[in-house]
Amino acid sequence: MAFSRRGLMAAAAAAPVLMRASDALAQGIAPRRGGTLQMMLTPEPPVLQIGVNQQGPTLAAAPKMFQGLVTFSPTLEPVPLLAKSWSISDDGKEYIFNLQENVKWHDGRPFTADDVVFSIMKFHTELSPRARAIFTLIDVCEAKDPHTVRIALKQAFQPFMLMFDATAAAIVPKHLFDGQDYRTAPAVQRPIGTGPFKFTEWQRGNFVRMDRFDDYWKPGQPYLDTIIYRIIPDSQSRRLALESGQVLLSQASDIEPFDTPQLRQRPNLEVNTNGWEYFSPLSWIELNHRVKPLDDARVRRAMSMAVDRNFIVNRLWFGVGKPATGPVASTTRFFDANAKIAAFNIAEANRILDQAGFPRNAQGVRFTLKHMPLPYGEIWTRLSEYLRQAMRQIGVALDLESTDAGSWARRVGNWEYETTINFVYQFGDPTLGVERTYVSTNIQRVTFTNTGGYSNPQVDALFLQARSAAASADRARAFSEVQKILVEEVPQIWLTELSFPTIHDKKVRNVITTGLGVSKSFDDVFIVG
Amino acid sequence: MSDFWRRFSRNRGAVVGLVILLLVFAIAIFADVLFPGSPWDMATAPFAPPGEDGMLLGSDSLGRNVAAGIAHGARISLMVGAVSTVAALSIGVTLGAIAGYLGGWMDDAVMRFTEFFQTIPSFIFAILLVAIFTPTIHSVVFAIAVVSWPPVARVVRAEFLSLRSREFVQAAEVLGKSRLAIVVTDILPNAMSPIVVLSSLMVASAILLESALSFLGLGDPNLMTWGFLIGSGRSVIRIAWWMSVFPGLAIFVTVLALNLVGEGLSDALNPRLARRRGTAA
Repeated sequence: MAFSRRGLMAAAAAAPVLMRASDALAQGIAPRRGGTLQMMLTPEPPVLQIGVNQQGPTLAAAPKMFQGLVTFSPTLEPVPLLAKSWSISDDGKEYIFNLQENVKWHDGRPFTADDVVFSIMKFHTELSPRARAIFTLIDVCEAKDPHTVRIALKQAFQPFMLMFDATAAAIVPKHLFDGQDYRTAPAVQRPIGTGPFKFTEWQRGNFVRMDRFDDYWKPGQPYLDTIIYRIIPDSQSRRLALESGQVLLSQASDIEPFDTPQLRQRPNLEVNTNGWEYFSPLSWIELNHRVKPLDDARVRRAMSMAVDRNFIVNRLWFGVGKPATGPVASTTRFFDANAKIAAFNIAEANRILDQAGFPRNAQGVRFTLKHMPLPYGEIWTRLSEYLRQAMRQIGVALDLESTDAGSWARRVGNWEYETTINFVYQFGDPTLGVERTYVSTNIQRVTFTNTGGYSNPQVDALFLQARSAAASADRARAFSEVQKILVEEVPQIWLTELSFPTIHDKKVRNVITTGLGVSKSFDDVFIVG
Repeated sequence: MSDFWRRFSRNRGAVVGLVILLLVFAIAIFADVLFPGSPWDMATAPFAPPGEDGMLLGSDSLGRNVAAGIAHGARISLMVGAVSTVAALSIGVTLGAIAGYLGGWMDDAVMRFTEFFQTIPSFIFAILLVAIFTPTIHSVVFAIAVVSWPPVARVVRAEFLSLRSREFVQAAEVLGKSRLAIVVTDILPNAMSPIVVLSSLMVASAILLESALSFLGLGDPNLMTWGFLIGSGRSVIRIAWWMSVFPGLAIFVTVLALNLVGEGLSDALNPRLARRRGTAA
């Protein structure tokens, strides 16, 4: 019930993507030309050339200058962008993209199919491990004419479309990169894209400025004259900047979770937690299955039952995000609402552990595990402190070990941990963002692979089946099956579906309209007078 | 002893300091009685102001009782202060005694070694040590001891230099006592008073150092300490001032008490110095 209403709301939110000026008029708000939108970028990225840098701040700012072939609605349906239409052959192996005409790069050169082929086959394939893993499935990628691209795959791969958003494979100018080292080309420092805003100035440690691109391909757009990203390192100063109206919008982790409730009270601000459907970050307690007794599914299930996920969402994240129900986030495709982990139940968890043969000692402890809090800020430390108390109730002692970000990544990558916290993006499809954590073929000494070492031939087979099936229905069946197995086996203890509030002045309109939140071009964003 | 106490109690501040210190000790000892259970347990709603929901000093961002945190934190702070001071004293007294009693090239060697440690800013050095050995209570105590022994070594050396040529030492040497026996039974008891005064101040600075390390997130993550309480309250100071203010007061009062007691000890152990100061005032 709750789910279907969510879907409806999402569909309503998707509408403005396609909305033109006339539609907005019908709503009673005429888009207004002009104005400067000041935002914040935290932390300051090293470069803004998407592809060369793929971290959060770059993914938020760069789509103003760079665009993908498509973008995605909150329900993860593709929405035309640089590709005005496309067709996919029945066997799912051939993709034809028809490109927008009259698109110009910021330096005045025309945008053509060659740029698309270059971006896919060379630029992203070389720079991004995520793109490389998928683009190696491409057999042929060619420009049939200046405005048509044909891609033939070696085998059908249904989530292929999801790779064509700006955050996954932004289209970059061939004439500025071809034949050079992509990481050091001059264009990296002065990005040139097809987006509605062109790069003008970057004072390190102070601000990034982008101005309206007058030759933008959508007539009359963008509405804003200027976008300025301020660099404000201190979280309380960021909150003040937003409260005082110095900046009109905050995104991602600009604002600390505990500041959100106060900002919700302010009449001029709107707090929007949508726009994370594409990334759908899911957090979990990462267990190393090589450590006894974490190889025992009963132990993992009992530990999962000891966690009050509502407490985490409401008390730690102040109501932003939602409790996880399984390995697939509810906003990701093929989420099965019927596959649910066991509910919070301390008594039952204790009973399982008693039966499994882990008696309490004189101190009431069954066994002790080491635990590394995620070194990404205070809230993660608080989360681990909560989990330590929660686990004590079932007689599991968590011994916290502090680390810094570098050692955390190294130790997780080398399997040198017992338990920790992790969160991973799902990129819209379980094959892209879920499979990697659970299949035994991906047990690697690299972070964000199956570092826990979980192995189940049945799970491997189902994920493979879902990966290679061409029809959605076949994939859905395999994914449902695998979710049912995983919620019983609990290879990792899923905690919450994370979300980050986008807080903006109510004067700023059309902010969150896609499944990618603020990682969109902002060509339809305007400030009412 | 009564003479010592009479001289000590002449300093009003020292008596006040002693009373406060005893109170802190009492809170630390009876923490489990006053606040049963773990200080990490979530007792109520987050950010409850002082006095509400039965929270004497309010609750923190997870609904943990700040007062319980301060009471349990007192144990760790006092323990870290005491243990690291004992460790620093054992290093400092040993090296100072060797340098002062033996003199010559041994003195030079030990003092250059001491100066080497004194030239490194002590807090930065402590951060470095804790970061290298990963933050645990052992590495924190070790780091504090390593950065606080050099002053002890210098004071002890100075005392030994002046004492070793006194008649009673020469007499002991003539009697054929071993060097070690002379150092331990003859010289050291006479050098005791500056060491006692210095160590009371060292306990205070050790508590401050531990709090500063915990504030920066370099404390033992499994132990509730005053510095941790302040550190976790810093970012929410606009919402919950009590999270930083009360543990801050606890540190302030304890360190002040230790300094007052140190001064009282100095008066009591150096009666002539105290009398001179008394007449001057």
